[in-house]
Amino acid sequence: MNHDIAIKMVGVSKYFGEVVANDKVNLEIYKGEILALLGENGSGKTSLMNMLSGIYFPDEGQIYVNGKEVSIRSPKDAFDLKIGMIHQHFKLVDIFSAAENIVLGLPADRKKSKKDVIAGINDVCDTYGFEMDLNKKVYDMSVSEKQTLEIIKALYRGADILILDEPTAVLTPQEVEKLFNVMDNMRKNNKAVVIITHKLHEVLSISDRVAILRKGSFAGEVATAKANEQMLTEMMVGEKIELNIERSEPQNSKKVLDIKHVTCLNQYGMPAIDDVSFEVYSGEILGIAGISGCGQKELLEAIAGLQEVSEGGQIIFTDPDTGHDEELIGMNPRAIKEKGIALSFVPEDRLGMGLVGSMGMTGNMMLKNYREQSKVFIDRSSADELANKIKEELGVVTPGVDTPVGRLSGGNVQKVLVGREIAASPKVLMTAYAVRGLDINTSYTIYNLLNEQKKKGVAVIYVGEDLDVLVELCDRILVLCDGKVNAIFDGRNVTKDEIGLKMTYIGKGDVQKNGQK
Amino acid sequence: MDGLFTLIQSAIAFGTIIMFGCVGETLSEKGGNLNLGVPGIMYLGGIASLAGAYGYENAVENPSKVIAFIVALVCAVAASVFGGLIYSFLTISLRANQNVTGLTLTIFGSGVANFFGGSLSKLAGGVGQISVPVTSSAYKVGIPGVNFGILVYVAIVVAFVAQYFLTGTRKGLNLRAVGENPATADAAGVNIVKYKYLATCIGAAISGLGGLYYVMDYTKGTWANDGSLENLGWLALALVIFTMWKPLNAIWGAYVFGVLFWLYYYVPGLGRSSQELFKMIPYVVTIIVLIIVSMRNKRENQAPASLGEAYFREDR
Repeated sequence: MNHDIAIKMVGVSKYFGEVVANDKVNLEIYKGEILALLGENGSGKTSLMNMLSGIYFPDEGQIYVNGKEVSIRSPKDAFDLKIGMIHQHFKLVDIFSAAENIVLGLPADRKKSKKDVIAGINDVCDTYGFEMDLNKKVYDMSVSEKQTLEIIKALYRGADILILDEPTAVLTPQEVEKLFNVMDNMRKNNKAVVIITHKLHEVLSISDRVAILRKGSFAGEVATAKANEQMLTEMMVGEKIELNIERSEPQNSKKVLDIKHVTCLNQYGMPAIDDVSFEVYSGEILGIAGISGCGQKELLEAIAGLQEVSEGGQIIFTDPDTGHDEELIGMNPRAIKEKGIALSFVPEDRLGMGLVGSMGMTGNMMLKNYREQSKVFIDRSSADELANKIKEELGVVTPGVDTPVGRLSGGNVQKVLVGREIAASPKVLMTAYAVRGLDINTSYTIYNLLNEQKKKGVAVIYVGEDLDVLVELCDRILVLCDGKVNAIFDGRNVTKDEIGLKMTYIGKGDVQKNGQK
Repeated sequence: MDGLFTLIQSAIAFGTIIMFGCVGETLSEKGGNLNLGVPGIMYLGGIASLAGAYGYENAVENPSKVIAFIVALVCAVAASVFGGLIYSFLTISLRANQNVTGLTLTIFGSGVANFFGGSLSKLAGGVGQISVPVTSSAYKVGIPGVNFGILVYVAIVVAFVAQYFLTGTRKGLNLRAVGENPATADAAGVNIVKYKYLATCIGAAISGLGGLYYVMDYTKGTWANDGSLENLGWLALALVIFTMWKPLNAIWGAYVFGVLFWLYYYVPGLGRSSQELFKMIPYVVTIIVLIIVSMRNKRENQAPASLGEAYFREDR
């Protein structure tokens, strides 16, 4: 194997405000080698690679390309250094043909006719084994074709270093195989290839070397030949950290939600959640773990009445006080509310789905209950009271309850949102990434609020990404993998490694039932 | 037969004005800038050419046709590029709202033009007294025996060139990418700001030729503060949609609009009020085309995807 260094990153750091995305990372990328960059969500894989592709500029550290120190300030700089990155969101013009997308932005060469250009693109395709109809419009292409087009585009422009950001997330197994063949051909042509992924079996089957990032820092590297799943998982999740989050025993648990065989399709018509069944009990916190985009969002939205569920699924709500059953599928959030079912949802997208950024706290409180008023003119006083109460009790830092919530910090926005949802005295409280981007104190405030709700007999669903928090906060932990329930663990006797392994790898055949009541 | 012949003739003369406006606006829109200032820009081009020609013809004893032609042309292009620059600076550099900026430019352009139009009339001794015979006759030169001035042919040539530029050149490809998906174009190394500025300003210059043609040829070197040029500007904007952003379609589309516009004159027995209804036809046809195009749902025939949106690289 050739061991020329293509890229060397030395002490590279990137900060977004107070959040550390990458902390003094050292990384070497070799020619003729496939490097897998492995890590959990938010471990800084993509931001690190974005510094090579010119999207972010490092705050600290040096980058060397072919031994020379470089400064990459724009995608064009990266392209001049022969670095090409295939993003998860494709950068293609929909109404252009494949060929037009490939030549876009390149200087026209008068000596080259259209035929020569097409021949040049076909050369690239033949070398690496792509099949592409160059006259096909992008809007007629499947996701896999678009990805192929992006790769051809990068190679035609002479990329020697190719970075693929979670390329397999949108592909079928057959398409993944094709992609791996192409990557193999690139390796044979002495290109440096980096694949960002969190799927262990892919790492093991395609890469030569694995570099692992954990919470923005470099956590080690290992030759793939010497690696196995267990070892990679341990490196990925790291040592257990004691957080001392309070966890009481569930009291007086009753089944509140019974979810049976629920399937939802994503925009491409592929299952986002696939035949999911589980139960949710009052007075407990059910954690949901999984790599991002494994169906967490769709699952919560299906329960909240925001997502269409394929035929055959059932979501049954049982009122813990009366024992009355109600089918939730087919109802929109308003219908659910009018049935008297107190369902609260703290969505991931706080200022998009949760709150209106340009309105104050009072206005946002009113959104939830203005329909209950029967007068022609809106009565602001009750909402004003509630806003002030939340401001006092949760310590929301804001100049006033009428200040647009979009101007508050992330932690305060979340307090407003959670406060409002809790104030509706829910029977079920669903939270998605409730502490993402929050500082440690605010995070604990949120954990305490959730625990309070649990003691009140609310069924709490906590979708989280930090495994340390999940194993300390939750009574049961459901692990989603590719839209399927891969395991349900008892939160009191489970290790991070066990969860991590289930997040990234679907075992053959059996779906575990540990911890199920 | 005679009636039909004159109808077609007036349709072609009329169509030429909006063809310029339409082709210019198409260039701007292909770069993602919806310039509702076209009527204002046509006004600026028209009044500047008139003022230039008037100044030249009154300053010189024996004005030459060639110089008069050039003076009017340069004045028209300079004034309309100036309008395009105002619009570009506000929407591209300062990222102001394109609709508001465009509408304001139209109000500005018509105000400036009518102000100077009134002043010129005063200088000339009264309404309708402005006279630039040399310049307007220079613009009347064309193919012998055919009653069209040179700009009628120029409009057709400009439409062909614009079509070739957009579909047959790399720069045209880049411009279309800017209008469709600026982030992608940016990542591919296209200078977004440069393309947007150039497309908008060159587009404005072409639109301004419509004003020049209107003043020098269509109304034979006079000025009337009746707002008719503004109406033509809006019609040019409607024509952009009618042509589905293809300059070649503008050639026949403009003439069809001309026929539809003048139809009331040749339909016997129309009262004043029904004439006004007839004048609506071009707009009605535009709406019908919009409906048909959106029903057929062919992506190439739609407006550029990022039309009307400002581009920030940081948004990525």
